[in-house]
Amino acid sequence: MTPEELLYAKTHEWVHIETDPSGAKTATLGLSAFAIEALTDLVFIDLPEPGRQVAAGESFGEVESVKAVSDLYSPIDGEIIEANTQAAGQPDTLNDDPYGAGWLVKIKITDDSGLTTLMDHAAYQRQCEENAE
Amino acid sequence: MTPKQPPQRKTPLYDWHVAHGARMVEFAGWAMPVQYSSIIDEHVATRTTASITDISHMGRLRFEGPGAAVFLAELLTRRVADLKPSQIRYSLVTNDAGGIMDDVLVGYYHNSHGQPFYVVVVNAGNREKIIRWVRDHLSPERAETPGEEVIFTDLTRLWAMFAVQGPNAVELLQPLVDVDLDWLRYYNGAQVQLLHPAAQRQGGIITRTGYTGEDGFELSIGASIAPGIWEALFEIGRQRGLDVVPTGIGARDTLRLEAGMPLYGHELTEQINPFQAGLKYACYLVGYDFPGRDALKALEVQPPDRKRIGLELPGRRAARHGCPILVDGRPVGEVTSGTFAPTLQKPIAMGYVSPEHARVGTELIVDVRGRQEPARVVKLPFYRRREKGASQ
Repeated sequence: MTPEELLYAKTHEWVHIETDPSGAKTATLGLSAFAIEALTDLVFIDLPEPGRQVAAGESFGEVESVKAVSDLYSPIDGEIIEANTQAAGQPDTLNDDPYGAGWLVKIKITDDSGLTTLMDHAAYQRQCEENAE
Repeated sequence: MTPKQPPQRKTPLYDWHVAHGARMVEFAGWAMPVQYSSIIDEHVATRTTASITDISHMGRLRFEGPGAAVFLAELLTRRVADLKPSQIRYSLVTNDAGGIMDDVLVGYYHNSHGQPFYVVVVNAGNREKIIRWVRDHLSPERAETPGEEVIFTDLTRLWAMFAVQGPNAVELLQPLVDVDLDWLRYYNGAQVQLLHPAAQRQGGIITRTGYTGEDGFELSIGASIAPGIWEALFEIGRQRGLDVVPTGIGARDTLRLEAGMPLYGHELTEQINPFQAGLKYACYLVGYDFPGRDALKALEVQPPDRKRIGLELPGRRAARHGCPILVDGRPVGEVTSGTFAPTLQKPIAMGYVSPEHARVGTELIVDVRGRQEPARVVKLPFYRRREKGASQ
């Protein structure tokens, strides 16, 4: 996936939506390169077990750097169907490939109304530029 | 509307930090670099080669005049009057109840006219409070008593200060100064000439002190020459093939934490007394009377109601400042600092617990953001460097 194809939350998660032939939607979530760069010293990523229900705006995990801990937020309602345990154990994966191997969770969407709050890549870039100032 | 913030103070190195990509944060009213590259890389460089940190935010207070020694002995918890020239001591400033107002270094020097003076290095966040405390105790009558005069000056804005720390610190600093650093012992200082054109013939004070657990020095020089000397140190590092990096206050914090050193505002506050903090050695209770001495004499004969401990967490989540420490679901204390320790590669923390839970080896629980994480009381410091020449 390229960063331009993704949607972004204010809280720096990226979201990729796939719809299967039956119309069911799955979201893949990760953390943007901007956020990973800002955290710099990632030492640990805490991800939920598959089966857990998450609600839009709710924290589903945390990323820990040397200096601080940050929550990961889901922008949608749904069920965690997969967590990237390989990346969780190897935070460098996020630095190396934030939009590929560094994905964090897959969520089966039950309510996608939260998607309207997401930004496209250009809008997200603007937010990051404002943050950087 | 956001409340109006006072402008942040800038050290003489501010422009250099910004130009070199530092992430600047507000710290105790100062704009300080938290990191240039990565905290872990900066931390590792300090443990393996040498690093340079701008610590010009630290408060530097000078006391001179014939009454200075007694005045400081009556302000600080530690003996002052018997300091030998160039000697430095760690001391506390306590309030009347024995609570810790600050932890400081006091050093004794002579200027080029042979006049003695003391420099007290205070925490940046406590500088104004300690200056008020000094003024409360230094009445104009006392300061001007013939034969016992005390002249008090805040040098903080006039002097820059660098921490040069790491196993290669001697090699890095030696070309810059005219004293043999191998002979400068731990907790000793010297007035030096700076052997570099950027010094513009100014001198400085170098002390074998630090806040990292490594061998190293702290160098005080005039603010006007600070950027030139800072650059000169990197130039010497390059010439000598030393991999010298600038480090920010992020690595300063992880380094001091591994070294088990307390930080004011975390392990030390006015609600903590020296016995709880494990700093009994910094209290000399039979000499000059200082604020809090009587309270400390009374506290000394009772067992402390809480003790500072070190914790190691076998899990991956780091305990942080404010996390409750539990036994059987019941709070027995609180974490005051915690981080992932880059050298030890695991989460470590310091905190306070009631004494029955403070023994090394005790298994405790830390509530880390709503989840219970096991933790074990370990001996401080977490990290101790190997002495040069010592076998493994």
